[in-house]
Amino acid sequence: MLDDFLVRALLAGIGLALVTGPTGCFIVWRRLAYFGETMAHSALLGVALAIIFNLNLVIGIFSVALLVMLAVLYLERRETLPTDTLLGLISHGGLALGLVILSFFPQMRLNLHALLFGDLLAVSRLDLAVIWVGGILALAVLCWIVRSLLAATISSEIAEVAGLRPERARLIFGILLAAVIAGAIKIVGVLLIVALLIIPAATVRRFSPTPEIMAFAAAVLGTIAVAGGLFASATLDTPSGPSIVVVALILFIVTRVGYLKVR
Amino acid sequence: MPDPDPSTQNFLINARELGVKRGERWIFRHVNLSVGLGQLVFIIGANGAGKSTCVKTMLGLIQATEGEIEKSSTLVVDYVPQRLTISPNLPLSIRRLITLTKRFSKQEIDTALTTVGLDRLGNPPVTTLSGGEFQRLLLARAMLHRPNLLVLDEPAQGIDAAGTDLVHELIDEVRKDLGCGVLLISHDLERAMDMGDNFAVLIPHEYDEAPATAVVN
Repeated sequence: MLDDFLVRALLAGIGLALVTGPTGCFIVWRRLAYFGETMAHSALLGVALAIIFNLNLVIGIFSVALLVMLAVLYLERRETLPTDTLLGLISHGGLALGLVILSFFPQMRLNLHALLFGDLLAVSRLDLAVIWVGGILALAVLCWIVRSLLAATISSEIAEVAGLRPERARLIFGILLAAVIAGAIKIVGVLLIVALLIIPAATVRRFSPTPEIMAFAAAVLGTIAVAGGLFASATLDTPSGPSIVVVALILFIVTRVGYLKVR
Repeated sequence: MPDPDPSTQNFLINARELGVKRGERWIFRHVNLSVGLGQLVFIIGANGAGKSTCVKTMLGLIQATEGEIEKSSTLVVDYVPQRLTISPNLPLSIRRLITLTKRFSKQEIDTALTTVGLDRLGNPPVTTLSGGEFQRLLLARAMLHRPNLLVLDEPAQGIDAAGTDLVHELIDEVRKDLGCGVLLISHDLERAMDMGDNFAVLIPHEYDEAPATAVVN
């Protein structure tokens, strides 16, 4: 069954959505959408470095995303530039640098589309294993830090006085986000991963009475979006990443309109 | 009331010649302040006098540039920060906020909510509370941790006069119930003289080259 590329892509996508749901909730709560975008855009630089140093793509992307996170945390304290300007600078700088380096590798020009928008044909058995093992690890880590991360979201001072070490939780969450972005590149691609993080969370917000229910519901909704998007991608021959995001967007609009009508 | 001596049982925290410098400017300097069990101590000062920074330094959230902080080995602090805004995107009910950093039984939470007069609201999202109700909720959260030192940063900010009186009455009640020390930031000198056992006045340093802080008993 795993020989079928669509089954592999679907399983990988579901594994991904189960992690992006809860992770995306924290992105929405902590207003980190642009921060995530910056890490994701730098992924192309990671691809370029992976090719130059002959590394696995996922490892290359993860390493560069980590570096970008540390650079942002450092520069935020040192630079007087506003954070969104700083993020824009690193985000587009990283993307541009990645594109320039990749243009020196003719064989990669063909693959660029797949890197930017995802390619369900590209999911190998190894990718599938990496996504599921990594995803379970990521959820375990998230469960471990959830109390301090949630407390830090509300007040880092309350969290620190309570001995919950909010700075450490924040750093671990950044590492987690880098891993999610690296794992997502084949399914949704560099340009659209943040959409898979924030749209499900934003969709379920109004129906969720607690943070835990919101995280769970976002995972379920993300799974539906991934399944629907991959099915559409396979039947309509559209790129997988945009198809998934369009399905997520439709779910968002339908539930929003439905919610307004019920009110 | 005399300052608690570190060797006595009442001693909780003691700052000596505390100062914090940012760049070339002292945020505050020469602060001498101690809080003992059962004491209510005010830090008074105008905006920008460094009240919040001073308290955060005493709590260890900010590194002191000079001076010493002595803490009792039995010190258990809880802290109610200034102006806490909760993102409307975070679904958080009042009971969930209370258990943010630690779990409590339903009965313990009920008792705390009754003490601060929020027991009849049910369990609404925190974003629907008024400023005064929200401060009372934070106070309920803090008292459940049974601290022996309760630190509050301008708990009456943005609350009307009646609400302010209520919050201060509650703080005094909690102090008597728990027998804890309270360190309270305020700019209400009159209330500090009326209620407090002790208070420190922070004066912005640029107006005064000499000691920036006067401690008045």
